[in-house]
Formats: sequence, structure tokens, C-alpha cells
Amino acid sequence: MALIEISNLEKSFGKLAVLKRISCSFEQGCIVSILGPNASGKTTLIKSILGMVIPDSGEILFRGQPVINTFAYKKHIGYMPQTGCYPDNIKIGQLFNMMQDIRRPYPDLDTGLIKLFGLEAMYQKRMGVLSGGTRQKVSAALAFMFNPDVLILDEPTAGLDPVAAEQLKEKIREEKSRGKLILVTSHIMSEVDEIADTVLYLFEGQIKFYKPLSVLKAETGEEKLGKALTKILK
Amino acid sequence: MLKIAKYIILDIIRSKVLIAYTVLLSIICLSILMADADVTKGLVSITTVVMIIVPLVSIVYATTYYFNTYEFTELLVSQPVSRTDILAGKFIGIGTAILAAFVIGVGFPVVLFAFSVTGLMLMVTGSLLTLSFISLAFLASTVTRDKAKGIGLSLMIWFYCSIIFDGIVLLFLFSFSDYPLEKALIVLTALNPIDLARILILLQLDISALMGYTGALYQSFFGSGYGMVFSLLMQLIWIIVPLWLALRIFKRKDL
Repeated sequence: MALIEISNLEKSFGKLAVLKRISCSFEQGCIVSILGPNASGKTTLIKSILGMVIPDSGEILFRGQPVINTFAYKKHIGYMPQTGCYPDNIKIGQLFNMMQDIRRPYPDLDTGLIKLFGLEAMYQKRMGVLSGGTRQKVSAALAFMFNPDVLILDEPTAGLDPVAAEQLKEKIREEKSRGKLILVTSHIMSEVDEIADTVLYLFEGQIKFYKPLSVLKAETGEEKLGKALTKILK
Repeated sequence: MLKIAKYIILDIIRSKVLIAYTVLLSIICLSILMADADVTKGLVSITTVVMIIVPLVSIVYATTYYFNTYEFTELLVSQPVSRTDILAGKFIGIGTAILAAFVIGVGFPVVLFAFSVTGLMLMVTGSLLTLSFISLAFLASTVTRDKAKGIGLSLMIWFYCSIIFDGIVLLFLFSFSDYPLEKALIVLTALNPIDLARILILLQLDISALMGYTGALYQSFFGSGYGMVFSLLMQLIWIIVPLWLALRIFKRKDL
């Protein structure tokens, strides 16, 4: 059974149809990269799965259970937003404590990223004074902290320094090998090439294709994802 | 729900605006009460000031805070917490903080200088008024999408309740002066939380005779136990209904 199943999902903002009857399913132990031009509905799709955007029609099933307008399933999801915005007055340490407080009871904590990024040394810093990159690190640490079955990462490495980006990619691969589902959006093709095993391409609110990376490359005869994409979309 | 409220209270306590509000209220109350030997007159003056400042600060502060912590709300929605709990938690958090400011700012001087049934009534109705304007602030915040519109709408609501409404009542009285309006007036009063609060306090002061025939009618209705229950209930409705509407909108809102 698929972990997440989406059927006939529709969403429009006013007259603008953002998602047009999207159906797809995501399995465990996969890294799915959601690609598409700007305003193709990537973020709306992600936010629908997270329950932040409420779809007009269609269904989202998590382990076979419909989840629209419910919230309990979110304890199995870790989300790293594109730009992490947190209350300015709160300190990093307090933020982590607060999230643990709110998500209680939770399984074992995964503090790997906190150590890797050296965030412990900054526990006393306020969120408001952090640089964009450090905020991204905090978001990433929060997403992985509760050992969720599903990780949803929106442009995870944008703004991270090369070392941290490498560490995060390593972490993503590690979580995959532990049977987790990881949904990633990214505009960096080399990165997608490196970590993803399936590509979901959205175009104007519809799925243009949803194929394993290897199949995609074999069909086009290209070695690099970027070139394969341009060949298909031509 | 209470966890969210806890973190909001911890955050607001650090804000200087609320401390300034508490100090402002206590300075106003202290100076009025100390300047005038007649406690009753002092309470009337306090009522007048409180009925303007309390709704204004409550509604504007709550709206501003709601929008300033919008990202935090987004973060919470992606967590395993129900939207009802998020909004209710926000209301409890913001409500407790502003209410505490009011109770300390006004309650302290009143207990010191004018501890009486009237003083108590001022505290109770002022508290209910604070909560109903926070509730209205939540409605204004969920109806609109951006901060400027939200604050604009909040100011409109305050403007309506404290100024426009009186104009409407006068116009109504003037145009229908040939008809018996007493009962209609009581109904009209219920449409404005500030008026409800004001009348409850003024009737405690036994100066309703100054308000003529209508005042006597008010006295016989609002002054009775039945009328008091009615007006307190109406104030509670002014807290519950806007919050309930806000919750309905928030549950269906895209973030």
C-alpha cells in the first residue's frame, strides 16, 4: 500500500486553477523530487499534503486514511519550509523545546543534524538575529528531529553553505535507507540528479510525467537530468 | 491548546507595549481618583476613559499580534495540532495577557481608592469588554489576508462601536420620535458591547435619573437582576460569536 495517495486533487485561488485533478502516490523508501517551473503548483501540492492549504476537491490518503481536515497524521511528517519564519523573540533552544512540547508524545528524538550543524552552541541566540542560512539549518533540524516517516523538504539546500548542503544530502540518503519517504522540491538539477530516484514534473497544475530517474535517462539517452529534461520538454 | 497559550503569554510578557498599556491605565486611574475626593465622580470619569481606551488597545494590539505571529501559526498548522486548538490557544494567550494588563492597571487603583460594588462592576464589565474586542480582533484578522487591511478593519469596528453607533441611535430616536421606543432602545443597546458595559456601570452609580425617562426605563430594566443577567449574557455573546465565526473561517483558510 502506498504511504501517501493523492486522487483528483483540485485547488484554485480565485479564478486561478493551481492544481488540476492531480493523482499520484508515493511509496516508502523513495526520494521523490517534485520539479516544475515557477507557479506550477509545487508548493500548493506540498501544502495540501501538510493540510496548510485546503483543496477544493479530491482526496489525500495517508496509509489509506483520508486526511483532509484532520491533523493526527502530521505527527508522521517532518516539514522544512522554503523560508523558515519563526517568532523573532524566541531563542533557538526555546524553539526546539517548544516544538518538543507541542509534539509530545514523540518517539526517540533525532538530534543528528543539530550536532552536525553545531546548533547547540547557538541555543541562546534569538531567531530574529539569525542569518538566512542558519535559519535553514534550524528548519532542517526541526524537520528531522521527530524521526518522521515522511519528510517534506521545500528547496532544502537553497541558502545553505556547501558543507552544510553536503551534510544535509547525506542525511537525506541515510533516512531513505531507513525506509522513509522523502519529497523534495529543488531548482538545482545536479542536486536532484544526485539524490532523487523518482521525478514528478508538474506543469501548469498537471503532472507532466512521474517516472524513475533511470527510466527518464534511458528514454532520452542522456546522462544528466538537466539535459534529459530539456529534451523531453522541447 | 494551553501549551500554545503558554508560549504566547511568555512572548507577550516581553513586549513593552503591554507594559506601557498597564502603566498608562494605572496612571489615568490613580490621577483621577486622587484628584477628586468624590469616589463616585472619579469612577464615572474612569468609566468614560476606559470605555474609549480599553476597546481600542485590545482590538488593535490583538490584531497586530495576530499578524506578527502569522509565520508561527503557519508553523503550527504543519504540526500535529488541530486548527481549533491553534486559534483557541492564541485567543487564550493574547486574551490572558491583555486582560492581566487591564486587571492590574485598573484593578490596583480601584481596589486601593474605590473598592465598592461599582468598582467591582467596572472591573467585570471592563474585562468582558476586553475579551469581546479581542474576539472581534480575531474575526477581523481571519477575514482579511494582510496586516494593513486587518488593522484597518479593526479600527473601523472600534470606530463603529464608540462613535458611529451613537450617531445611529440618535438618528433612530429622532426619526421615530413619534413612536414608543423604549423597548427598541434596549434591543439597540445590545448591539454595541461598549454601550452595554457603559450602561451597566452607570446604573450602578444611581445617576440614571440624569438620563431622563429613558434612563428610568434603563434603570428598571438593566438595574433589575433580570436585566443585569441579560446584559452580562449579551456581553458574553459578544465574546463567543465573533470568536466562533473566526474559528469557522480559520478552519477553511489557506495559509
